Amino acid sequence: MTRRKGDRWARVHAAWAFCTLASIVWLAPTGAAETGPPPAAVAGIDFNRDIRPLLSDRCFSCHGPDAAKRQAGLRLDEPTGASVVLGSGSQGVVPGDAGASGVLSRIESTDSDLVMPPPHVGKPVTAAEAELLRRWIAAGAPYRGHWAFERVERPEVPQTRDLQWPRTPVDRFILARLEAEGMSPNAEASREVLARRVSLDLTGLPPTPEEVEAFVADRSPEAYERYVDQKLASPHYGERMAIEWLDAARYADSHGYQTDSSRSNWPWRDWVIAAYNRNLPFDQFTIQQIAGDMLPAVPGDEVATRDRVVATGFNRNHRINGEGGIIAEEWRVETVIDRVETTGQTWLGLSVGCARCHDHKYDPLTQREFYALFSLFCNVPETGTIMGSETRSGGNSDPLLPLPSAEQSAEIARLEKVIADADEAVRAGEKDLEPIVAEWERTIRPALDLPDDVWQTLDTIELKSLGGATFRRLDDGSWLVEGPKPALDTYQIEAILPPGPLGGIRLELLADPSLSGGGGFGRNHNGNVVVNRVEVEIDPPGDAPAVAVVLGRAEADYEQAGWPATSVLGGGQGWAIDGHLPDKRQPRRLAVFPTAAVDVPENARLLIRVRQEVIEGHAFGRFRVARSAAPTELIGVSGVAVPAAVRDVLRIESGARTPQQQQLVTAYYRDKVGTPTKQAEAARDAARKALDAFRDTLPSAMVMREGPPRDAFVLTRGEYDKPGEKVEPGLPAFLPPLPPGRKADRLALAEGIVSRDHPLTARVWVNRQWERLFGTGLVKTSENLGSQAEYPSHPELLDWLAADFMEGTQLPQVSGLPARPWDMKAFFKLLLTSSVYRQSSRVEAGTLARDPANRLLARGPRVRLPGEVVRDQALAAAGLLVPAIGGPSVRPWMPEGVWDETSKYGNLRGYVADTGPGRFRRSMYTIWKRTAGPPTMLLFDAPNRETCTVKRSRTNTPLQALSLLNETTFLEAAQGLARRMVAEGGADPAGRIGRGFRLALGRGPDAAEVETLLAGIQADRSVFSADPKSAETFVAAGAAGKPVAEATAGLPAEEFAAWCLVANVILNLDEFVMRE
Amino acid sequence: MNRPQQLLQLQDRLNRRVFLGGATGTLAAAVAGLGTGASAAHALPGLPHHPPKAKRIIYLFQSGAPSQMDLFDPKPALATRRGEELPESIRQGQRLTTMTSGQSSFPVAPSIFPFAQHGRSGMWFSDLVPGIASKADQWCMIRSMHTEAINHDPAITFFQTGSQLAGRPSIGAWASYGLGSENADLPAYLVLTSFGSGRPDDQPLYDRLWGTGFLPTEHQGVRFRNSGAPVLYLSDPPGIDRQTRRATLDRIAAINGRRAEIVGDPDIAARTSQYEMAFRMQTSVPDLVRISDEPKHVLEAYGPDVERPGSYAYNCLLARRLSERGVRFVQLFHMGWDHHGGLPDAIRGQCRDTDRATAALLDDLSARGLLDETLVVWGGEFGRTIYSQGGISDSSYGRDHHPRCFTTLLAGAGIKGGLTWGATDDYCYNVTTPDEHVHVHDLNATILHLMGIDHLRLTYPYQGRDFRLTDIHGEVVKGILA
Repeated sequence: MTRRKGDRWARVHAAWAFCTLASIVWLAPTGAAETGPPPAAVAGIDFNRDIRPLLSDRCFSCHGPDAAKRQAGLRLDEPTGASVVLGSGSQGVVPGDAGASGVLSRIESTDSDLVMPPPHVGKPVTAAEAELLRRWIAAGAPYRGHWAFERVERPEVPQTRDLQWPRTPVDRFILARLEAEGMSPNAEASREVLARRVSLDLTGLPPTPEEVEAFVADRSPEAYERYVDQKLASPHYGERMAIEWLDAARYADSHGYQTDSSRSNWPWRDWVIAAYNRNLPFDQFTIQQIAGDMLPAVPGDEVATRDRVVATGFNRNHRINGEGGIIAEEWRVETVIDRVETTGQTWLGLSVGCARCHDHKYDPLTQREFYALFSLFCNVPETGTIMGSETRSGGNSDPLLPLPSAEQSAEIARLEKVIADADEAVRAGEKDLEPIVAEWERTIRPALDLPDDVWQTLDTIELKSLGGATFRRLDDGSWLVEGPKPALDTYQIEAILPPGPLGGIRLELLADPSLSGGGGFGRNHNGNVVVNRVEVEIDPPGDAPAVAVVLGRAEADYEQAGWPATSVLGGGQGWAIDGHLPDKRQPRRLAVFPTAAVDVPENARLLIRVRQEVIEGHAFGRFRVARSAAPTELIGVSGVAVPAAVRDVLRIESGARTPQQQQLVTAYYRDKVGTPTKQAEAARDAARKALDAFRDTLPSAMVMREGPPRDAFVLTRGEYDKPGEKVEPGLPAFLPPLPPGRKADRLALAEGIVSRDHPLTARVWVNRQWERLFGTGLVKTSENLGSQAEYPSHPELLDWLAADFMEGTQLPQVSGLPARPWDMKAFFKLLLTSSVYRQSSRVEAGTLARDPANRLLARGPRVRLPGEVVRDQALAAAGLLVPAIGGPSVRPWMPEGVWDETSKYGNLRGYVADTGPGRFRRSMYTIWKRTAGPPTMLLFDAPNRETCTVKRSRTNTPLQALSLLNETTFLEAAQGLARRMVAEGGADPAGRIGRGFRLALGRGPDAAEVETLLAGIQADRSVFSADPKSAETFVAAGAAGKPVAEATAGLPAEEFAAWCLVANVILNLDEFVMRE
Repeated sequence: MNRPQQLLQLQDRLNRRVFLGGATGTLAAAVAGLGTGASAAHALPGLPHHPPKAKRIIYLFQSGAPSQMDLFDPKPALATRRGEELPESIRQGQRLTTMTSGQSSFPVAPSIFPFAQHGRSGMWFSDLVPGIASKADQWCMIRSMHTEAINHDPAITFFQTGSQLAGRPSIGAWASYGLGSENADLPAYLVLTSFGSGRPDDQPLYDRLWGTGFLPTEHQGVRFRNSGAPVLYLSDPPGIDRQTRRATLDRIAAINGRRAEIVGDPDIAARTSQYEMAFRMQTSVPDLVRISDEPKHVLEAYGPDVERPGSYAYNCLLARRLSERGVRFVQLFHMGWDHHGGLPDAIRGQCRDTDRATAALLDDLSARGLLDETLVVWGGEFGRTIYSQGGISDSSYGRDHHPRCFTTLLAGAGIKGGLTWGATDDYCYNVTTPDEHVHVHDLNATILHLMGIDHLRLTYPYQGRDFRLTDIHGEVVKGILA
């Protein structure tokens, strides 16, 4: 694979310019090199362009803002520190006297112990760079603040000699520089090229041939502007704009990290699309996403109020770790830091994360200030691990904002009413409690006469194991199970029963040294036991058949969660006792009770069947059996059902009881017995459960919320468990200060970010849009505008654009609406209607040599489209695209096993593609699992959305070629395009080829192109005719479920297959993946 | 000469000059490719920094973290201390995962597997790994590895990228970025994965482990798939034969060439050359995975699993075939080493998967004279605790994650064989050799060093800072170098 020219280029270009093109004598420091040749008119040195990048790159890490690491007391990022007399007696910079300046003599030293930077750093200063420094110091070493940290002032728009070419102020900035270089811009691109360029840039979709035709035919002077307005008004504009924003926001459909289970935060994604489409100004776009939850409600508009909270999902799109065993606080801290870094990266173009462990090396941000920012994002009620959903089964993590539809809201109201009614019934029951309790007292009076222990051990019994185990009686009347250990077993217990009433049967499990690897309950190592069924029969003497005792109740003195005693009556897997946990190994008892008292005749035999037949290896190993003759309704597993304390009170006449005593009885009845109240409570609980379950099915958004304030600390070396000094919320000193009296919180931060005085926000945003439209930003390092940033190619233009974006005074109207401050659509219109944007991207040999990277823009840029747009364009050309906007993520075709080859965790497994519309929706709706992202998108340079990404690579690899040639969706697109060529292109083959070109490329083919493809059709047709089977196979492979006859547009398979290959060629042309 | 060709030549000269002066460009490679019919991505200027010992690496990552005291680091004195509490003097209050931090006791679980010394060096191995043990004199066994993370995701991310959090390039991506590719028909960085039989459901792997972070995307590892074509979208659609595909590519090239005349962009030629490489990959990759051409004795050496695509043994054989073809960085990930409970059974399964094939790989590389120039690494993301997680018996126990010491094996190019490096205390809990401890950054610095890279100098500017694999740490472990 080849490496694209790029990041290393800067350094080299300088060397090349210096060595080879003597006509351009320009000694630029590295890092600033690619901004193109400087204007010849400016011969002097610009500190920010020429000197700061050099000092920053070579010196600041030891002689910069980080006080802790500063060497020798020398500080070169500001004038005082640079010229201070050092401990050694020397002075780093002596303004006006290069010879006396220690900095220069150390840089030029030939002694490897003295030379700066030290050789091990690997960043030597070249002779040319030293010369620059010498001239700068000689000129008085004038400092200026880093340009990007200075307030944006609107520069004068320059004059140009050519008055015809410039349409907008933007053009005058570009042209003035070109004229200074003696260069001239390209002519305007063809109408067809412009139609496609504008459409792809604003909507990410190709224009239809009819749109192109109408635009080409429209000769009115406003035709182009109208076309731009039309595309800005398209609902697909918001989709295209969102693509890069989703990268920055690290938006995805899974939580990330190890388990990487699903989440569903698409309401936030849809908010973004809608916000772009309704042209929400960028300042509001910013405030709502950072702090929409802290804004006051919109009066009388619940939906708008709710929407602004949905917007805060921006800072909830981070990953959340749910791995077993994590220390939640560690990951809560990482989450908060992620928010600070992402916010800094997205809006300020700064790598604030550097200050997590130490003062920033290059930019004026201290570690303390970093944690002051941290504290603005740390009050979210969260733990650091996934909350409110099962880690593995997926779901959104708290805090959430439910987003029910109208029908869903009605269902919620209904369930709430059921709860309220049941509550009322409970209250009513409370009021009438007294007579009911008195009545109950009468019925349980017999219990007062029962002995404390109502259970009697059954001694003379016979035992049998269906699995072949044997039983040995121990001295205490218990039985030890020995012999074979079948995986599953059933014990049959037979005993002679005393005549009279039978109130219950009780099984008592005991530990034994021979069990569970020593001292456990079970016959296996694990130690736990599971009884899954207990059945009781009474066998009367004589020939009468045995009668099953109907059991109505089961109780145990301990139940493992999820394994209740009642399940031994049927309906569950059984009763278990946590015996695998050493500290839970206690004697346990299980009792079953008949529904009504059973009268046992003389000489009857009791038959108990204890089934242990569901969970292997969980049979118990030592036990005792008891029965009770007491009335069944009065007894429980531990003796008399009514506790002794209550019985003591009941023996007192009701009139003679103290209020406390009566309260004890009433409370006991109410909690344990009271049927009417209990029923109402059960109904209420069931309704609450139903409501909770229903709420779980509702769409929701993960949002920001201010919970109880949490203290924030400077974390030593950035480690969560090393808190240092406590910090108060605050903004860094280099940003505009808060208004007096204003509390530092998230909302204040958001408002500060979009204040007119903020030096970074607008510069960062306009620069990234420039990068998107022209291939490279005015500042090439669009991810970083800090001290280490590359100096802008057109600094005045950048500031003019930033100023005008914030103020909106020169921005054009869009569809007749005047522009507002921070108006994104108007800003795009300004750029798109400029002459610089409208020029042809044809590369001339002369300008290529002068300006290989096209930083001066003497030509329009050719830019490779993002992966999403490549796929969407193919689907649109093929007529397959389903243009619906928003909603839950969809599952288009992806390679088999896409989620399963590297993970068996979480609920995102076993990927199954949609068969309906989800197959052909726009790529931005494809479900995104962070640890295994959509493969084709990743091949086309999409980031994996684990962390904030504000800049994608633009590579060119063989794997991209393979996907465009062979990937199923692109194959289906080729077939779709072939169908349209045949159906819409007429009978003439050349007409069909023309239609294919217009659909995919927005232009007609030239004669040579038609000739190449016609020859191809003939050749392919004869290959397929010779082997019709292969044609059929090929055609069926991408039929997308259509019947073949329909899929082939009525052509014979071998004919249609040949057309598919024509379409395949068109969809693989360089022009198809480029925006020309 | 027509205009685009002139342009290309100009651009070519430009780029070559640029290239010599210190940059690379698509075009330089692409144009070279057009001339010779094959191209390979170049090394960065100035790289390698020094003559490499290892031309290639085969990295056998054991994901989930193998238990060092059951495989490599015997603690015979513990045999009589089964179930005794781990002394506080050993644990020293170090943090634990929340899977065991709530345990009321930390009973020592000595390994139940017998150890013996092997080879002339007398290196210790347990009887779980007879194959690996038979190569004792080729391995350098580092017993003093340590890391910072205590959970799988951050720990394996740390190993691969030098950071516990997502976003940094993987070690293979760094190698590809710095050194380029030696093979014009295959990517420089290939990844092979397999599930283990010891614990078939774990631990998951993540794209980022072979991702590029902020490096250009083309350096990301290409993961071979375990079913269907090994490389995504490698196969022509059904019904399309090679001649037809060739003809399609020729038409694409013809129309692209025509477009190049009109728009003059030399990058169009670069795209055409990528299509050519794609076409060659369609042949070279199937050749690569056609293991039926291997001699019978070689297949047998790797064991019966070798016939099953997606098994560790199969991947080991592929690794050798890839190395033979000059692929610089081949990384296997074998999952299934996370044994919190029932460790003895589970680790037996893992060793069954890996032991024989690992030994066969070393033999196979030696037999072909490749081991001298290939670095082989075997290890996981952290170690395991001496105390048992959950119940303990004379035949079963479990072990939690342990970052403070574990064992990694190295062999091949530039490695001192038969050397045991570093030691741990009686409980295999802490490293006791202050001069012979190896942090993850140190291991990564050493791997890069062996490949001819100074880890301090392979950097990439991003967000205003020069990033490197070892962050601001890492020292080459000179003592283990031959």
